[in-house]
Amino acid sequence: MSTKKLAIIATKGTLDWAYPPLILASTAAALGYEVQIFFTFYGLQILKKNMKLKVSALGNPGMPMPMGMDKWFPNLGVALPGMEGMMTVMMKAKMKAKGVASVEELRNLCLEADVKMIACQMTVDLFDMNPSEFIGGIEYGGAATFFEFAGQSDVNLFI
Amino acid sequence: MSNFDQELDATGLNCPLPILRAKKALAGLGSGQVLRVVATDPGSVKDFDAFAKQTGNQLLESGEENGKFTFFIKKA
Repeated sequence: MSTKKLAIIATKGTLDWAYPPLILASTAAALGYEVQIFFTFYGLQILKKNMKLKVSALGNPGMPMPMGMDKWFPNLGVALPGMEGMMTVMMKAKMKAKGVASVEELRNLCLEADVKMIACQMTVDLFDMNPSEFIGGIEYGGAATFFEFAGQSDVNLFI
Repeated sequence: MSNFDQELDATGLNCPLPILRAKKALAGLGSGQVLRVVATDPGSVKDFDAFAKQTGNQLLESGEENGKFTFFIKKA
């Protein structure tokens, strides 16, 4: 049985959107897949040593909120100062209560399982990001680097 | 079925942690040894079945009692 391969492009930098690539990558690795994640644009936040990821309900009317907050604060209300921070705290508390792993834990599990993480060099340059802000053990590359692995992968996901 | 070589308490953990912890625990076992996993995540029932099918480790038995799901996995 040849090793299956999973290639993921992670483009989002909010707390909620950091989960899908990390959950799928770590699980696939546990199932025996060889996995690569290509982090581009806002997805690069997931590679920061100190992840300060937040959730935002802005432009996301589907996000369930506790205590009927979505009724009290219709979409524009969630743009008020402090709302993002508050929602992030509440989301993290809920995740902890429900036994959902933190993004840090999932990222560590990915690294332990040899999930290869590639930072998009173009985005790093574009936003003047400093590689010292990122965790160790990652590589830098471009679209061609992604396709080298994606071209021979069984599953390709854009998240 | 009551024989097992190691036990993993995955109660209170949510997807995908029970699977990831089980994978780690199995790595420490020898071929043919059995891992008993206890979980509370209802999704783990389907997930352990899928895990076994894809990894070749055998799901010997699974059951539910008082909201706790138990799995016996034999390492390939």
